Amino acid sequence: MSDESTEVGLPVDRNRLPERFENPGLPEHHARLTDTDPAAEKRAARIITGLFGLSALGTIGALVAYFAVPPGETVASIRLSTLLIGLGLAVAFGAAGIAAIHWSKALMNDHEKVEYRHPQASDRATREEAVAMLKEGAEDTNLSRRGALKGAMISALALAPLGFAVPLIGSVGGDWNVSKFRHTMWKQGLRLTHDPSGEPIKASDVTVGSAVHVIPDGLSEVEDVLEEKAKAVVLLIRMDPRDLKEADDRKDWSYQGIVAYSKICTHVGCPVALYEQQTHHLLCPCHQSTFDIADGAKVVFGPADRPLPQLPITVDDEGYLVAQSDFHEPIGPSFWERLK
Amino acid sequence: MSTSTPAASAAAATADYLDQRTGIATAIKGFARKIFPDHWSFLLGEIALFSFIILLATGTFLALFFVPSMDEVTYTGPLAAMDGVQMSRAFASTLDLSFEVTGGLLMRQIHHWAALVFMAAIVTHMMRVFFTGAFRKPREINWLVGFTLMVLGLAAGFSGYSLPDDVLSGNGLRITEGITKGVPIIGTYMSYFLFGGEFPGTHIIPRLFTVHILLVPGLILALIGLHLFLVVLHKHTQFPGGGRTEKNVVGYPIFPVYMAKQAGFFLIVFGVLALMGATMTINPVWNYGPYDPSPVSAGAQPDWYMLFLEGALRLTPGFFEVVIAGFTIPLNVIIPAMIVPVALLGPLALYPFIEAWATGDKREHHLADRPRNAPVRTALGVSMLTGFTVLILAGSNDLIATHFHMSINAITWTFRILVFVLPVVTFWATKRICLGLQRKDRELVLHGHETGQIVRFEDGEYIEVHRPLDEQERWIRVQHDPRRPLPLLPAEDARGVRRPGYRSDALRAKVSRFFYADRVEPVTPAELAAAQAHGAHDQLTAGEHDETPAIGSSSPASVHQG
Repeated sequence: MSDESTEVGLPVDRNRLPERFENPGLPEHHARLTDTDPAAEKRAARIITGLFGLSALGTIGALVAYFAVPPGETVASIRLSTLLIGLGLAVAFGAAGIAAIHWSKALMNDHEKVEYRHPQASDRATREEAVAMLKEGAEDTNLSRRGALKGAMISALALAPLGFAVPLIGSVGGDWNVSKFRHTMWKQGLRLTHDPSGEPIKASDVTVGSAVHVIPDGLSEVEDVLEEKAKAVVLLIRMDPRDLKEADDRKDWSYQGIVAYSKICTHVGCPVALYEQQTHHLLCPCHQSTFDIADGAKVVFGPADRPLPQLPITVDDEGYLVAQSDFHEPIGPSFWERLK
Repeated sequence: MSTSTPAASAAAATADYLDQRTGIATAIKGFARKIFPDHWSFLLGEIALFSFIILLATGTFLALFFVPSMDEVTYTGPLAAMDGVQMSRAFASTLDLSFEVTGGLLMRQIHHWAALVFMAAIVTHMMRVFFTGAFRKPREINWLVGFTLMVLGLAAGFSGYSLPDDVLSGNGLRITEGITKGVPIIGTYMSYFLFGGEFPGTHIIPRLFTVHILLVPGLILALIGLHLFLVVLHKHTQFPGGGRTEKNVVGYPIFPVYMAKQAGFFLIVFGVLALMGATMTINPVWNYGPYDPSPVSAGAQPDWYMLFLEGALRLTPGFFEVVIAGFTIPLNVIIPAMIVPVALLGPLALYPFIEAWATGDKREHHLADRPRNAPVRTALGVSMLTGFTVLILAGSNDLIATHFHMSINAITWTFRILVFVLPVVTFWATKRICLGLQRKDRELVLHGHETGQIVRFEDGEYIEVHRPLDEQERWIRVQHDPRRPLPLLPAEDARGVRRPGYRSDALRAKVSRFFYADRVEPVTPAELAAAQAHGAHDQLTAGEHDETPAIGSSSPASVHQG
């Protein structure tokens, strides 16, 4: 656009117009129905009174429910007690709230008022005064030429929290023996048993296509049951040996198509639980990492990177499944020194 | 003031007693008739405040019955399905307070719903502040306080969710342990720090209990105090309108209008949460059973505010895990669990400072922006929300798969692509929509409302009659300051000497162009006069483009040609 094209023949002189529009000021106040019609005002007052009354009834209802409807012994009776007390509370609070807001909107003075703002910053004189006070205070410390004193003070105060922090941090991690992450309670000859019954598992009882949740024999007798269980849970799966692809160094880790893998996902440690018989895929329900049990539990999809650790198994004299050793690598999620 | 009735004279005596000891009249003088502006969106933060109060009340109720202990006990309570089951005392006491304490389950459900509403209110309140530019000077510090409150809200929610020690929360803790172990160098030690030894140990529930009922709520309470103090100090922002300026605040006084409205709104929030607690079952831990490291249930999800992390964990492919010099660095966990939240939330926390730097704007702002008038800011906000939403959906990919009978792999791959593509698309679309709305505003101001009345002139020409905007309607659409890219001074001065600081100026000019190169400026009185004179405005809306003067920018000198 050019100035000529807009100025030709204009009845208004553009130079006399302001650069920007001007604020038109507060809009005109519109009276509410309750301001102009006494009947409407009375009606509003009646509604508000009624709502407060309803609120009181709600409270009475909640109290009656509390005393008259005990929670009982079943989930259904608990739900009924919860529902009735809750509805009473909801009416008691809700109706009183609506009443208060209706009152403020319909009956209270609704003329808008104006308040002025002031700049957030202090004025120059105040600032100068503040700076002068700080300077004066700093001089009062009589520290300006005593570097050693200042250094000593800062060092002392910086060191002081150590007396608190070191005991706290030192104690909070128990024995700090993080090498426990490397081992589970599996060892040579330890029987595989059903989770949670603890019954030993006969190899001949495991049918092709089945998956069994396994814990080590004697788990319930150890001191830290949950900690050991969290590391030692295993999933046992039997498939047709012809479907099984095994690495050369692991050929003797399985027994007649029965393989045992750690149940703890190598992603962030959820128990891997969903086994699909047809594809031999094992899916972690937390983040959907998918492992191919027929192929060394390699990751075929999802956020995990490493295969599930395999537990080498065999059978004992009585035909029960036993471990050959512990896992050959730490189970579960990756950590910094995992391979060290 | 009359002291004729007994009540009034008692009130006067009390007031006198208090004032002589505290000088309370000064506070009342300052506060009683303080003005607050009115807008529905200003209530979002109050929902957060009120749900927090409800959380404190119901939480106190629960704490009277909950036992934060991981000692093993055998259940003997009324719930037949759990009879004789081994469980931690924490889980058993959760069952007891739900089934044997009258009203206990109601309080638990209100508490959990209030926690979800608390976080939702914080997030929507933050969106309101972001999209209206209410974080600008002098409110940047309060933005950071609010941001910290949101992070503390996450911590409060997470620590509380874990307390009942059921299968779901236990697996959540196990995931936390797996993520913690993934931290390079000190991961295993951090895991011991949290759990006091190996997972699960016997310390984590008592520790989370202290975090949940003392540390986090204490910090939240202190920061809410600071947050509200700063709101009072700054006075609330207001939306533009006739009579509303940067130098005033227009609205209603605290006493009585806001006291009634706030008290009423608090009661309504409590009422709604009570209704939710009464009618909607949440976290029925008795269906899940006590924590056991072996079982897990499919379709399990964290509370909604944690879903974006869950989604990020699900999307990041495994091959990111690397081994360097024998040390394992599980980037497939570190990226989603540590880098993604920092990458999403970090810029959000720093946004007020980034925008102030890019615009060189050092003035105080008390008038809220209409989101359309800050197209790039609005687009950035929508873009971030889009990324957040895709991650939330990705955190539910298994439920999407089972509900819609779709392949989980296909869904995951779709989200892996969408999480990068959609934020770009929504950025572009939002920016265009904002510019379009601004053009519509110009059009309305210049042409007025369409009336649907067609008039025929003597010479046969037909026109539609337009009704001009009244001055209040017009003011809303023309009140904002035009924002233009910062001009860049040349690299060398008149004598050919290189100017120090040119590099950072050039970067700033670039960012500033990103914000404001595409723009539509508000109509000026001259443009309106021209339009009303003889439709010459058609020439004024010639086009809006990067390299040409923006719509309505009447002075070509103001446009920086990079």
